[in-house]
Amino acid sequence: MRGEGRLVIEYGSYECPYCAKADLLLAGAGTERAFRHFPVASKHPRARVLAHAAEAAALQGAFWEMHDSLMADQAHLDDPHLWERCERIGLDLARFEADRRSEQVAERVQRDFRAAIRAGVTTTPTLFVDGVAYAGMPGVEAIAAPGD
Amino acid sequence: MIEPGTRAPDFTLPDQDGNEVSLADLEGQTSVLVFYPLDFSPTCTDQLNVYQEVLPELESGGAKLYGISVDSAFAHKAFQEQLGVTFPLLADFNPKGEVARAYGVYIGERGHSRRALVMVGPDLTVTWSHESPTPLEVPGANLIFDALEAQRAA
Repeated sequence: MRGEGRLVIEYGSYECPYCAKADLLLAGAGTERAFRHFPVASKHPRARVLAHAAEAAALQGAFWEMHDSLMADQAHLDDPHLWERCERIGLDLARFEADRRSEQVAERVQRDFRAAIRAGVTTTPTLFVDGVAYAGMPGVEAIAAPGD
Repeated sequence: MIEPGTRAPDFTLPDQDGNEVSLADLEGQTSVLVFYPLDFSPTCTDQLNVYQEVLPELESGGAKLYGISVDSAFAHKAFQEQLGVTFPLLADFNPKGEVARAYGVYIGERGHSRRALVMVGPDLTVTWSHESPTPLEVPGANLIFDALEAQRAA
């Protein structure tokens, strides 16, 4: 969770360009944000690997740093690019490599995925604002505070 | 669209490999007929991607999935390969949309079916059905899981 304001829960994928765009929109919208993983392999083959990378960074207290790094540049998502990002963020690379392949991290991502399925999510991004789902690229009206 | 409690209308359609699949082949298993508008359209792609992702769980819950649209078997084959979908896609191609019509989900003016799910029980009776309010709305996989659960509880 980060930010302050209206709570927005986003189900997304680091390989989804619309999620990167939604990220920019949310960053400037004054919201409290939670990001949950919805990796769909047939659409985004690297999405699950990248979700694991973000959760491995989270174990070193750097989830949002890795999240922002991945969303800001979706053209460089192979392993060497991830190692480069780790270096830039200041992560312990050996620990990151072990953690991103761990059961704990896999289970964390799968928990998000299962929650998304139970909530009826079918595409990325899907935002939940006050319990209302907005599937696909959100309009500003979806996240504007009441009365805005 | 077709209501639960109705006997499922008969059909025989080719799958993506040209093999014929009939309603009678579904006897003894719980099947979900996934009527979707068109191969390669963005919304249908999302829908089938997500169902493929949870296919192992759906199958271990006892459900076999069959996609059905008005596209040809050759288009289905290409669509299946592009998505990596492993469940069969049936071609309701000739006469166009005949099976969709029989299940009450054909949109004549558009020339394709609505987005609809039909659960057929082992005795070939419709046990559950769902139609999206608009073709742009994808029914989540949660609806299928809920229907399977309700069927088990019944």
